[in-house]
Amino acid sequence: MRKKHDWMRETYQKSLEKMPERPVAHRTLSGIAPEPLYTPEDIGVLDPEYEEKRGYPGEYPYTRGVYGSMYRSKLWTMRMFAGFGTAEQTNERFKKLLKAGQTGLSVAFDLPTLMGYDSDHPLSKGEVGKCGVAVSSLADMEVLFEGIDLEAVTTSMTINSPANAIWAMYLAVAKKRGHDWKKLGGTIQNDILKEFIAQKEFIFPPEPSVKLVIDTFEWGPKNVPKWNFISVSGYHIREAGSTAVQELAWTLADGFEYVEAALKRGLDVDEFAPRISFFFDVHNDFFEEIAKFRAARRIWAKEMRHRYGAKNPQSWMLRTHAQTAGVSLTAQQPLNNIARVAIQALAAVLGGTNSLHTDAYDEALALPTEESATIALRTQQIIAYETGVTHTIDPLAGSYYVEWLTDEMERQAMAIIEEIRRMGGVVRAIEEGYFLRELAEASYRYQQEVERKERIIVGVNAFTDEIPLKVPIQLVDPEVEKVQAERLARVRRERDPKRVEEALEGLRRAAVEGQNTMPHFVDCALAYCTLGEMMDVLREVYGVYQEPAYV
Amino acid sequence: MDRRIRVLIAKPGLDGHDRGAKVVARALRDAGMEVIYTGLRQTPEMIVSAALQEDVDAIGLSILSGAHMHYFREVKRLLDEQGASDILLFGGGIIPDEDVPKLKALGVAEVFGPGTSTQEIVDFLRRAVPEKWRAEGMA
Repeated sequence: MRKKHDWMRETYQKSLEKMPERPVAHRTLSGIAPEPLYTPEDIGVLDPEYEEKRGYPGEYPYTRGVYGSMYRSKLWTMRMFAGFGTAEQTNERFKKLLKAGQTGLSVAFDLPTLMGYDSDHPLSKGEVGKCGVAVSSLADMEVLFEGIDLEAVTTSMTINSPANAIWAMYLAVAKKRGHDWKKLGGTIQNDILKEFIAQKEFIFPPEPSVKLVIDTFEWGPKNVPKWNFISVSGYHIREAGSTAVQELAWTLADGFEYVEAALKRGLDVDEFAPRISFFFDVHNDFFEEIAKFRAARRIWAKEMRHRYGAKNPQSWMLRTHAQTAGVSLTAQQPLNNIARVAIQALAAVLGGTNSLHTDAYDEALALPTEESATIALRTQQIIAYETGVTHTIDPLAGSYYVEWLTDEMERQAMAIIEEIRRMGGVVRAIEEGYFLRELAEASYRYQQEVERKERIIVGVNAFTDEIPLKVPIQLVDPEVEKVQAERLARVRRERDPKRVEEALEGLRRAAVEGQNTMPHFVDCALAYCTLGEMMDVLREVYGVYQEPAYV
Repeated sequence: MDRRIRVLIAKPGLDGHDRGAKVVARALRDAGMEVIYTGLRQTPEMIVSAALQEDVDAIGLSILSGAHMHYFREVKRLLDEQGASDILLFGGGIIPDEDVPKLKALGVAEVFGPGTSTQEIVDFLRRAVPEKWRAEGMA
């Protein structure tokens, strides 16, 4: 078996050359100085499966973390999801978050934007700016990032069906400001499969939807090489009622489905796979969540290497963002949620996440206020700086329970992945209603367990004496709709109509002929075509999707 | 002769978070009611027209997007317009406490927040719907 000091000499040192250890005391409160890593050698036991199943951080199969020095060198990115009302209001919130020590931006869009409608569309009524920021054209995007250096921050955008259009708007802002696209970093969620499975923000049928995603796989690495053009998401699957095992299995199955679609288009796996990123939920069952992250990395590495023939180690690494479980938050006794979020965030960190959003305690009631969002960020900072869990990498490795549970979750998830493969893949399984049925079962079963008190939720079905508490609520200004409508009217008045028409025609032709749509989305964004106009062109070409109403 | 309670569960607007709606629909069905689930992205017009066609006793709206004031108001207005004010309107989702009295003032019979047990919703309908029937019988 390879010795720890060989790993220290090779992988760990190499990692430090890129990113030195953080200049904080890597010592316990008693002054003990933990080493960066502990293995069976350190306690004098044999673990014949160590290399195959666990390995070393920064090395295949990445069970113990994707980077050699993990949090010793670089903490996870504290990335708080924010967005509400107008672009001006969200821009202000972004600047405050950056000042509060946040290290990356994360944009939440409102429902009309997520569904590809302009703010002044009849179906947008009542929804504009409600659960995110409204972005209908480049003009909104320019305001949203006013005064923020796009080369100095990384921006994550939670956008799916209209991802190509929204990404193009962001890139257009950068272009107009003279930034180099090669220096831009960030992520678009762009995971349409989990929309059909769970979140339901789809516009077009599955096949053309996946085609649009693969357009970004093809165009992204060549034009914006540091950008993660997909964040394959389990978060929404879990929030919609799945179990942790289902979340793990379905998310990875989605990832493999994209890989296969990209290979079918003739792309080189080692060119696109390094830019695939992931996003998992982190719920209350502490050890199950930690095991989930470790199993996810191992499954992805094995399959990418052996099934899809990837040779670049970066293609084997599952890099992931995590978010504490919104669905676990209670409207009853909302301050209890601060404790839930802290425990979940700790699980994500012990699971080796690369980026984390912590929910605010009032999110079962409304959008977070500035104060509640700050407490959530402070929760991460307390874990990072005060608990000592960052002294040594993957500190729970070698726990009998955690290792057994990691193996068990891998086994169960692989069985589900194989079952989906036998059905002919994720798209076929969607068309057969497989995920709808499974989710309906899992969430109903959970609800019954709660109602029978087999599962206790503090403050909900036990310990319910409530101290009356007034939670301040973030309210969205109803003026948003007006401000947005006025800006849209101005955009339509002031842009060059000929250029708009040509750009939209180019997009339509690309869609009809099956060409890559991304260059045309950029043309449309620069011409100030609205989001609704771009999406309407594609609705016409691809049609829209209606899911069966299954209970 | 036991008359069965008929309920329409609907997801108005753009919000696709349907876990709660589906769990409630299934619990009401398990409690012996007849449940019609509309599916996603329904306009108020579609919801009211389905309610009239299906001759339901109650409509339950599930809204998590923050657009609840708009949708409850519209559905209630259309019900009144169609002479169907007797159909009980109830709902749930992410709805701040201070909006609940406003919704009740609009004529929404009950609002069930997160963490409500499905049994509470069953009990509410078993109480309120027969009351409505008795009132109709007397009219």
